[in-house]
Amino acid sequence: MSAIDPDQIHDVEAEKPLVSMRAADIGVALLFLLTSAIVIVDSHRLGFAWLPNEGPAPGYFPFYIAVVMGIASLVNLARALPKPEGEEARTMTSVPGFLRMCAIFVPAVVFVFAISWIGIYVSSAIYIAAFMIFVGRFPIWKALAVAFGVSFISFLMFEVWFLVPLPKGPLEAALGY
Amino acid sequence: MDELYALAGGFAVAFTWYNVALMILGITLGVVIGVLPGLGGANGVAILLPLTFSMEPTSAIIMLTSIYWGALFGGAITAILFNIPGEPWSVATTFDGHPMAQRGRADEALVAAFTSSFVGAIFAVALITFLAPVVAKFALRFGPAEFFAVQFLTFASFIGMGRGSPAKTLASMCLGFALACVGLDGVTGSLRMTFGHDELLNGFKFLVAVIGLFGIGEILTSMEDGLKFSGADAKLKMDAVIRTWRQLPKMFFTFLRSCIVGCWMGITPGGATPASFMGYGLAKRFSKNGNNFGKGELEGVVAPETAAHAAGTAALLPMLTLGIPGSPTAAVLLGGLLIWGLQPGPLLFVEQKDFVWGLIASMYLGNVVGLIMVLTCVPLFAAILRVPFSIIAPVIVVICAIGAYTVNNAMFDVWMMLVFGVMGYLFTKLGYPLPPLVLALVLGDQAESSFRQAMLVSQGDVTVFWSNWLSGSIMTLGVILAFWPLVSGLMARFGKSGRTASAA
Repeated sequence: MSAIDPDQIHDVEAEKPLVSMRAADIGVALLFLLTSAIVIVDSHRLGFAWLPNEGPAPGYFPFYIAVVMGIASLVNLARALPKPEGEEARTMTSVPGFLRMCAIFVPAVVFVFAISWIGIYVSSAIYIAAFMIFVGRFPIWKALAVAFGVSFISFLMFEVWFLVPLPKGPLEAALGY
Repeated sequence: MDELYALAGGFAVAFTWYNVALMILGITLGVVIGVLPGLGGANGVAILLPLTFSMEPTSAIIMLTSIYWGALFGGAITAILFNIPGEPWSVATTFDGHPMAQRGRADEALVAAFTSSFVGAIFAVALITFLAPVVAKFALRFGPAEFFAVQFLTFASFIGMGRGSPAKTLASMCLGFALACVGLDGVTGSLRMTFGHDELLNGFKFLVAVIGLFGIGEILTSMEDGLKFSGADAKLKMDAVIRTWRQLPKMFFTFLRSCIVGCWMGITPGGATPASFMGYGLAKRFSKNGNNFGKGELEGVVAPETAAHAAGTAALLPMLTLGIPGSPTAAVLLGGLLIWGLQPGPLLFVEQKDFVWGLIASMYLGNVVGLIMVLTCVPLFAAILRVPFSIIAPVIVVICAIGAYTVNNAMFDVWMMLVFGVMGYLFTKLGYPLPPLVLALVLGDQAESSFRQAMLVSQGDVTVFWSNWLSGSIMTLGVILAFWPLVSGLMARFGKSGRTASAA
């Protein structure tokens, strides 16, 4: 993971390309169309007619919204399809750029998954410490100090002062919370 | 000039050491609440309400309104520094505030945000002082048709004034509306687009989407390109306040426009969030530097902040005079008033003179105290940017997760935050604007129900929106804006013949 240094500026355009703007544009436009189709199907179930003395049925508003969204996405799709030249043929992200994003996002998914099991405070401490050690190349004691500090302050703030309960795990239970 | 006399009496009530100490405490708490996403002004005031039960009503409301001011100031801090709006109404502040921070002008952006907040609030307080009863009557004229007209205008202005592709703006906005529809339908009580999943019962909460789209999305972009804060190296200059203030007089009309829009939206309960978007949109349209908006223009920070605070403050006006809260936080304050045994409404001004004028005086004082406090802390806030990104990035993810969780106490929302994060990254890259999506998600429910109510009243007749001059003129303006890109596109293509065709 040595190539990942978030404190440095990277030139994504110069790196090995992964996804082009055109491919991403087409993909997102198709996702929009899919969403629009889902909404239309459910609006159809709810009914989008005018009910006497009741006003528009529950599906009325979403139905027309989805129709407009579908039309707009078709326009976007039509614009993205022709093969672009020059300035338009840009890459959206490069292989190293994607890896750098994964460096924060994949651990974030693990972190969110861990919250349900060991509570938010312990998992955030581990997440912060791990990121600082492996990606930021900080000395271990610094990483642990920051990680513990952030977790402890948020614990005081939410559990003690503002009395907002956050997910807690076995460690907090052992401490009596 | 009875008002001035009464106001002087109010200052005598509010200006005691005890009350000023409460103000300082309240503003500090408010800034903390405003900085943390997930702990909104309304939440914060609600959580701290019980603390004030033992206090005298005047002191209690001074403390609570101070928390409100603090939260209004605090929301701008994370918006500018990290592109995470701490409060819904600071979403528009991120558009220019964050690019400014990336260029090493974080201190100027913060000073401008705080100063314009102050100007907006003071303008609205002055309005409350002199026009309370008159303005309150006006707010009563607003029915469903007028509400929908105002909301329609707000959305249409995105299409008409937006920079990017109108089709992408429209798609993004419709997605927001569609997401807002998910869950329990407020009018009929039927379930929409939940497909049997209980988690979707509550729908998509706007704060979760904002935290994901802006906070997580920004982290992904920063990881991809590397850190872009040039402010990290720039030396912090202590003269930021004077440097920024010198640029502000040029923006007199932006201030004035945003103040008026803000007061209007606050009183009519449009709220601070749409007010900030409208203030930003108007400034972009009418400013000489309009084309630079979104790239780090000082005026782009001034416009939404002024409007948001004018609205946030003006929202207290209908609450005091009519008992109709203009914002969620005002609604919580209203609850407080009832608990202390004060019945809001026209009679409050007659029966509880000391309380009302003490409160109004405390609005002036609280904002002055707040401005001094946050301005002195600007170097401190800006110094946060010097922390290495490998520390900031995971900490921001953790804060976002906490914020997303607290909205509904649900893990589902934290997962949704991650999904919205990827969406935010993709949309920003591809030029789908996020603000219309967010605003549609916020106002979707309200816009839909006012539309349905208005249509119900008229039995399906669309002309109800043109039934009086108020909603009629707003609607017409909205329709013109919505079709503006189409019309101007046709005009460009067909020249003169296109102009006649579009007019027909």
